[in-house]
Amino acid sequence: MPKGYVAINVERCKGCGFCVEFCPTHVLAMSSAFNSKGYHPPHVVNPDKCTGCDLCGMYCPDFAIYGWKAPESKNGAKRDAAR
Amino acid sequence: MPHADPKGVLTGVHFMDGDHAACEGAIAAGARFAAGYPITPSTEIVERFAARIPTVGGVFIQMEDELAASIAIAGAVWAGAKAFTVTSGPGFSLMMEHIGFAAMTETPCVFINVQRGGPSTGLPTLPAQADMMQARWGSHGDYEIIALCPNSPQECFDLAIRAFNLAEEFRVPVMFMMDEVVGHMTEKVVIPPAEQIQIYPRRHTRLPPGEYKPFEPGPDLVPDMVHAGEGYRFHVTGLTHDERGYPSMTVAAQDRLVKRLKAKITRAADRLACYETDGVEGADVVVVCYGITSRVALRAVHLARERGVKVGWLRLITVWPFPTKQLRALARQIKAFVVPELNLGQMVLEVERAAAGQAETISVPHAGGGVHDPEQILDAIMEVVR
Amino acid sequence: MNGGVGDPAELGPRPEAEIPPEACECAPENPVEQFLRTDRMPHIWCPGCGIGTTVNSFARALLEAKVDLDRVAVVSGIGCTGRVAGYVRLDSFHTTHGRAIPFATGLKLANPNLLVVVYSGDGDLFAIGGNHIIHAARRNLDIKVICVNNFVYGMTGGQVAPTTPVGATTTTTPYGCFEPAFNLPALMDAAGAVYVARWTSYHVRQLTRAMVDIFRKKGFCFIEVITPCPTLYQRKNRMGEGLDAMKYYKEKSKVRHGAPTSEVALTLDGDIIVGKFVDRERPEYMELMRSQLAAQLGDRYVEVEHLVCS
Ligand SMILES: Cc1ncc(C[n+]2csc(CCOP(=O)(O)OP(=O)(O)O)c2C)c(N)n1
Ligand code: SF4
Ligand code: SF4
Ligand code: SF4
Repeated sequence: MPKGYVAINVERCKGCGFCVEFCPTHVLAMSSAFNSKGYHPPHVVNPDKCTGCDLCGMYCPDFAIYGWKAPESKNGAKRDAAR
Repeated sequence: MPHADPKGVLTGVHFMDGDHAACEGAIAAGARFAAGYPITPSTEIVERFAARIPTVGGVFIQMEDELAASIAIAGAVWAGAKAFTVTSGPGFSLMMEHIGFAAMTETPCVFINVQRGGPSTGLPTLPAQADMMQARWGSHGDYEIIALCPNSPQECFDLAIRAFNLAEEFRVPVMFMMDEVVGHMTEKVVIPPAEQIQIYPRRHTRLPPGEYKPFEPGPDLVPDMVHAGEGYRFHVTGLTHDERGYPSMTVAAQDRLVKRLKAKITRAADRLACYETDGVEGADVVVVCYGITSRVALRAVHLARERGVKVGWLRLITVWPFPTKQLRALARQIKAFVVPELNLGQMVLEVERAAAGQAETISVPHAGGGVHDPEQILDAIMEVVR
Repeated sequence: MNGGVGDPAELGPRPEAEIPPEACECAPENPVEQFLRTDRMPHIWCPGCGIGTTVNSFARALLEAKVDLDRVAVVSGIGCTGRVAGYVRLDSFHTTHGRAIPFATGLKLANPNLLVVVYSGDGDLFAIGGNHIIHAARRNLDIKVICVNNFVYGMTGGQVAPTTPVGATTTTTPYGCFEPAFNLPALMDAAGAVYVARWTSYHVRQLTRAMVDIFRKKGFCFIEVITPCPTLYQRKNRMGEGLDAMKYYKEKSKVRHGAPTSEVALTLDGDIIVGKFVDRERPEYMELMRSQLAAQLGDRYVEVEHLVCS
């Protein structure tokens, strides 16, 4: 179960690669897909390693990605149930 | 209209010069912030403000230059104050970008220019009226301002109040065009009780944050304002903007905004027109003048009348917007306009444009540094009727 | 500046972030989102430009410092960085080139309750606006200055700036810059700033921390943030993309808190000394004004907090 999650707003991304480079646990990689403006957004390749530290969010100059920590166990259980 | 805050009003009969009277007018009008940079012959205004305002409740700051002074006042206005700056020729030149900024952002404020001889450093201590076109056209792009021109210390007081009121009503920078002689001439100045001084209040919106659009005009084409710190989270930019205040770099947005900024003033031109006349009815010649020159011209008019000439006198008080319609109507009834001014022919161009060929227009130029000899104006009058 | 973005009204509905389906229930909003005029996104900054990164730190610092957001006013001059004022959902003023500081001066003096933040470029603040910033620091006016230094004039196409390192090529120094550059922290230190720091857009956490510091500190505070300008500075100097600049900052930055500001000048390819260099106390402008006037005028002094007209 991951400790955190990351959300990507593909259409805002300009493909700079900051998030991929500076994610401490290498959760992200640049995708080969294009968004509608022709940029390659990142995608999640190692979801389980995400700590929700939000460094990607702090680096992203286009406000296109951010991470957050998974809630404590109670909600976690609920979430697992929902899966 | 509400009346002036008595705290700022020095009610009574005074003997003071035009610079001091203009300062008292500004304080009576509610100005509580001024930023300036010293320059002859305007400095007495800020010196008086610096001495007076701490006892009224306000702030004066001497900035590092006129660029700074002319935008510090805009900052103060957006924080809620009524504000003005004071200068003369060289400083006025430095302020031009911020006259345009104030016009574009609809920041109500007053620029006092005590005119001296130019160009450049020119004649620091001597009069001129040679910034009249600069006041109207000095900043780049198309915009409108209002300019008033007092001819006595009493009027420096009275009109300064009007300048602030018009700035608020139209959300426009108002140019207060004094000259060195009016600024330094000492006369009786009557300051009325505060309750007799009417004040145009800030056009603050009544709408709550969600519904308010910062540049959405009212029926008079003027939008209502808000101030920083009130929770509106609004944006102000000198870029072409839409009604939300957001930059909008399109032909349509430019057309909408710039035309409105112009129309809000030109549509009110009749109401803004303000001038004083003497013997204009039935006159053959009308002397059109303003500021200190109007006093000299009156003498010339009396001399001409003694010689049997039917000559009228028209003193412009609101110089911009120019009362084109009113002068055009007059042009149909007379032979000629005579226009003396302390420059080589500025407002005469407007008079000529207004006359539109219906009456002759004669310029009586003066390069500045002194005032006309009434005989010079008289000669021009006599020349026309000969 | 990224071309081709027109009237925001023409951009259509804003795209939403893709949240992993299993995390929908716990997904918060991007913390920066509430600080953005989202109806103006995407912004005009180029891919890999560092200005947006500094805005993330700004947003998080405002949250962390728990400032009342209605009390914050952002003032920018003109330039790529100057556009920050237009993107933040706060009272914000995009003024004229070089004059953010004097505008902020009027704003602050008329309403001292505001937290006035000047956010602008190195050219805006130190070339055309250089006179204003040294005087604001001298006065110790209570404003917070965030200077984004990308070593060139971005908005106008990459011309030489007072910060351009000797040897760098710009569009107006096609044979290399030979003018010595300003050392911004030294200049601010000498002028009297009470807080002077430098970070880069790589140092997002430290930058956030520094911003929290200055939001809490009274007086004239200054932070220089070195950021990539891939489109102009990097390209002209064969320094690669924004990401290459970020890796360079990571490799070459040396944290030296309290370093004498005379020792932190930047060069074309040398180390970047970062850290908090100055943190001292001096009476602030309004305090000085009030105590002087009260001492001289006694009861006649009328102290008004907010100069608001009716
Ligand atoms: C009075 C004036 N002169 C020149 C310009 C053109 N101009 C706009 S931005 C700019 C330079 C901006 O450089 P900087 O402050 O370093 O900001 P950046 O774009 O790099 O973020 C210039 C010269 C202007 N807008 N106004
Ligand atoms: S939140 Fe942290 S761990 Fe997760 S993707 Fe972003 S940077 Fe990587
Ligand atoms: S940092 Fe932002 S803009 Fe850059 S690649 Fe990642 S999501 Fe895209
Ligand atoms: S600073 Fe450079 S990279 Fe950033 S938006 Fe301006 S030109 Fe583009």
